[in-house]
Amino acid sequence: MHTLTTLVASLPTGLSADTIAPASETVRAGVLLVAPLLVGLPLLSAAVLLLAGRRSDRWGHWLGVLASAASFVVAAIVFVTMLQRPEDSRVIDVSLGTWIDAGAFQLDAGMRLDPLSMTFVLLVTFVGTLIHVYAVAYMDHDVDRRRFFAYLNLFVAAMLILVLADSYLLLFVGWEGVGLASYLLIGFWNYNTEYAVAAKKAFVANRIGDLGLIIALGIMFATFGAVDFGTVLSGVDGSAGQGTLTAIGLMLLLAACGKSAQFPLQSWLGDAMAGPTPVSALIHAATMVTAGVYLIVRSAPLFDAAPTAQLVVVIVGAITLLFGAIVGCAKDDIKKALAASTMSQIGYMILAAGLGPVGYAFAIFHLITHGFFKAGMFLGAGSVMHGMDDQVNMRRFGGLARYMTITWLTFMAGWLAIIGIPPFSGFWSKDKIIEAAFVPVDGAPWRAWVFGTITMLAAGITAFYMSRLFFMTFEGERRWSTKRDGSAQHPHESPRLMTWPMIVLAVGSVGLGAFLALGDRFVDWLAPVLGHPEHHEPVLPVWVITVLTLALVIAGVVLAWRRYAISQVPVVPPVGTALTRAARVDLYQDSVNDIALVEPGQALTRSLVYADRTAIDGTVTGVGLSTVLLGGWVRRVQTGYVRSYAASMLLGLVVLVVVVLLVQS
Amino acid sequence: MTDFVAPTVDWAALSPVVIVLLAAVVGVLVEAFVPARVRRTVQLAIALAALAGAVIAVALLWSGVEETGGTVVLGGSLLVDGPTLVLQATIALLALVSLLIIADRTETGEDAFAPNAAAVPGSDYEEAARRKGVQQTEIYPLVLFATGGMLIFPATGDLLTLFVALEVLSLPLYLLTGMARRRRLLSQEASMKYFLLGAFSSALLLFGIALVYGYSGSLRYSEISEATQVPGGLDSLLLVGSVLILSGLLFKVGAVPFHTWTPDVYQGAPTPITGFMAACTKVAAFGALLRVVYTMLPGLAWDLGVLLWTVAILTMVVGTVAALVQTDMKRVLGYSSIAHAGFILTGIIALNEAGIVAVLFYLLVYGAATVGAFGIVWLVRERAGMVGGAGGSEGDSPILGEATHLSQWAGLGRTHPLLALTFALFLLSFAGIPLTAGFAGKFSVFSAAVEGGAWPLALIGVLASSVAVFFYVRIIVLMFFTEPAGAEETGTAVTALAPSAEGFALGADSTVAVEAEPVVQTRSTVTTTVVGTEGLAVVAIAFCALVTIVLGVFPSPVLDLIASVATFLA
Repeated sequence: MHTLTTLVASLPTGLSADTIAPASETVRAGVLLVAPLLVGLPLLSAAVLLLAGRRSDRWGHWLGVLASAASFVVAAIVFVTMLQRPEDSRVIDVSLGTWIDAGAFQLDAGMRLDPLSMTFVLLVTFVGTLIHVYAVAYMDHDVDRRRFFAYLNLFVAAMLILVLADSYLLLFVGWEGVGLASYLLIGFWNYNTEYAVAAKKAFVANRIGDLGLIIALGIMFATFGAVDFGTVLSGVDGSAGQGTLTAIGLMLLLAACGKSAQFPLQSWLGDAMAGPTPVSALIHAATMVTAGVYLIVRSAPLFDAAPTAQLVVVIVGAITLLFGAIVGCAKDDIKKALAASTMSQIGYMILAAGLGPVGYAFAIFHLITHGFFKAGMFLGAGSVMHGMDDQVNMRRFGGLARYMTITWLTFMAGWLAIIGIPPFSGFWSKDKIIEAAFVPVDGAPWRAWVFGTITMLAAGITAFYMSRLFFMTFEGERRWSTKRDGSAQHPHESPRLMTWPMIVLAVGSVGLGAFLALGDRFVDWLAPVLGHPEHHEPVLPVWVITVLTLALVIAGVVLAWRRYAISQVPVVPPVGTALTRAARVDLYQDSVNDIALVEPGQALTRSLVYADRTAIDGTVTGVGLSTVLLGGWVRRVQTGYVRSYAASMLLGLVVLVVVVLLVQS
Repeated sequence: MTDFVAPTVDWAALSPVVIVLLAAVVGVLVEAFVPARVRRTVQLAIALAALAGAVIAVALLWSGVEETGGTVVLGGSLLVDGPTLVLQATIALLALVSLLIIADRTETGEDAFAPNAAAVPGSDYEEAARRKGVQQTEIYPLVLFATGGMLIFPATGDLLTLFVALEVLSLPLYLLTGMARRRRLLSQEASMKYFLLGAFSSALLLFGIALVYGYSGSLRYSEISEATQVPGGLDSLLLVGSVLILSGLLFKVGAVPFHTWTPDVYQGAPTPITGFMAACTKVAAFGALLRVVYTMLPGLAWDLGVLLWTVAILTMVVGTVAALVQTDMKRVLGYSSIAHAGFILTGIIALNEAGIVAVLFYLLVYGAATVGAFGIVWLVRERAGMVGGAGGSEGDSPILGEATHLSQWAGLGRTHPLLALTFALFLLSFAGIPLTAGFAGKFSVFSAAVEGGAWPLALIGVLASSVAVFFYVRIIVLMFFTEPAGAEETGTAVTALAPSAEGFALGADSTVAVEAEPVVQTRSTVTTTVVGTEGLAVVAIAFCALVTIVLGVFPSPVLDLIASVATFLA
């Protein structure tokens, strides 16, 4: 904090100083010193909003918007400064001083500004600001709107800590922070028990993932004696053995699975849609859920040195990719269908990240384009719900294109982008991932074919379910007549505060992909961190892959058109095939979790508690009951009660003595 | 026979202990000679001055010890070295803060203690004492005596002084435990249990001392340590003796399987005393344990390792799991303190310098959060409100005992946001969430354990703490996101104010019951409120919160300070 104060004090001079600092590892002067403000501004705003209480109800939401926007301006300044620097000095460490220092271990807190983190910072602050603006209107009627914005700001700050951290430990701080913000926001309407349960589910799944990160931290500390990116990532070639690196990699993957809703920890994402829609757009589509991808790409040297862990990453990505796509085909709730699609698209990113140097840049590329088009579609879904009295069942939509033109058009941009129709954004990024998946791997020729085919097939399924969603909502005949309370339904376009963010995101969905892909702009930009990928030839010619993919996509769209646009969509869902029924309940993921984790866990807890109760607390419970019933009889039993304590101590002591003597002899 | 030679006494080095014990003696005299009207004021002033004086005395000794590494006092009975000073400062500081809570009174002038602890609960005599407004100011010298014992405990250089210090610190605590104003039977029961089990463990310790003396022919740690280096034929004598000594100490820290007293005593004791006990006793006992393990028994590290490992693992697991199912706030904190004892043990097992630093630091942060948390528990009360009775508005209905059932804490974050936020801070520190002191503490003990080769323990510790997060966060969620249960019906709540009658009504879910006729029986409702006080407790809680935050954000200065003196005098 004290560093921040000095920073604010030195801000005017800092801005006027020479903008191009000397190319050094650690920057101590120059415009880049404003970087801590990135985190500081939203954090400050969140604190003000939470502490000021009801007094700030009237202007609180605008303060939230302002903080996020200011953070974006700072990000833009840093970005421009970075662009002016030569390519080989774009990785900059800004030290914030020593965090923990006690002889044996020392930890510095600092920010790493490099193209990778700046990419995230720009995405988070830009999309974040748009969603803040949207939420001003969307949450208009909520009495707790100020608190909502406080949490949103808190989230932005935590997410920025996560991506700007220069050590795994500081990253962990941000990691927990976004988890907390996500928990608070999913359960924002916690008076609804179901929503509170959803928040708890997300919390638990995330804890399992966090455990992975903690263990990875522990192994890193034991192996490298440090947890900062510099030492760990440059140390992978040295002392650490293959087994250790694989263990770290797998634990990081576990963390990524929890945060990014990847198999087998994906079940919370669908339920997380209980939160307000802007939250779904910002946290559960554009930013937080992609933190797992960031973690893996950030740890690239480590994964490169642990091929086994890398293979597991690819497998997890592939499974989730198909899983999400299949579930997406059966969901009737518009937000849950989008959530399934998010899961599936992150599967693409994880898979790409697992492919190694050929895939890293494209994983991040897809993450950026996805951030735009998916956030846009979520906002669109929110707009539809806004106009339809919070209805989320797509079987109750239909023919809405006429009533909400802007929502329809912006949603169409997102839809065309996600299914990968050229020249929309998604085409450029997804096509590259499919190409990368087809690149042969030495010693395992099957991999290119298996993973290539899966990514290509999934593109076809994606086209089907996203078209289904689009057609069921906007095309076909209207299947709505009355609201839940019986009055007539009047769909209407949303206010301008909501449509403008959607329009901006739609522009990104249309043009961002092409802009970044042409001339390899994006890959070159990330090169200082991830290196220039060597060019590898896929097992099939590139044009064949593109044509085949497009053919599958078009087939998917046509199929959806026939079933959901020109033919009648039943309002009551048909029974469906076994696969449909399974997909509707997330392929029985919850049941599997119950059987595999919840039941044994509860049984274990029960038995431990039982053991403690019977063996140690002894007759307590029974005595407690009889106490109430039998009054005076208790006094005699109470002597036994202390005695049972003493007996358990004695028993424990005897066991310990015997064990010590046995070990000694 | 040599002539008796009076040892030269370095009074300066003893000053922290001497100041506190002298003040305690003066406190006894005050009881006899000062009029009742001003007694509390005088006692409080003396006690506060003594504890502050002890802190200052430690500070004055610091630079000398930092240079020389410490001095041997009283011919080796006491060792004033770096760890001693750190522990004494911690104990004196925590005792000072606890004392503020102990001394505080509610707006109606009630403190946490029975007006007359000797009266039979529910008797007319007790009621008369209550009406007269009698106060038991003996608690101040008692607390000072206990603190004096605690200051000696980690400084001892031989086993006999260790035993004496243990008794000096324990006896006042047995008494204090039994002096709760409310739920007196529960309190007396807790006191009895604590006394009996404490006597049992003291006996074990004494037996262990005898065996070790039989083996080594000495009571001094350093000489015993030398004796263990020489191979002898009576190894099992030494081993059994050491195990008995360790179990005596492990009883005081509340480690499994010697933990059974902890939840009951923590629940029954007056809450401010619980905070004092949970923080200061644990610091003193861990200090003594640390010294015994590091200086007396290093030669047996291999043999006793299995014992300490087993105890540490059991303590972490049992403490965490049992806390999950508790419904009483004080019991939750009690089991959580057991789990923390396990975490601290992993730092002791590390057997390296980082371990010493980590344990000393952990004790400080744990103690601060504990005192603060129990202070808040003391402030959260039940308020009686009658349904269909004579009535009376919310404001003038009587305030009862502490609302310790978890369900009564629901919605506290809405009605008393600052208080709930502070409590949440302490819970997060217990849980070891980054940016609280608890995180820095956990991080340092676990990394010390990893460095010392005990990584499986650190792994179990991390697992246990991530499970523990669940029940801490559950309380936070309860406070902030759950609607208050509202006016809950209690079948036979009693409207009379007689403390013992409440003991009957509210202790119905505990193990106590008496044949007492409730004065008036009516259907009444009990709501949760936060009691207003004279303000001492608020100062103490704010101080604890400050320590928790500052040590969480900037742990390094304190860690450095501790690391600069973390060497035991051989």
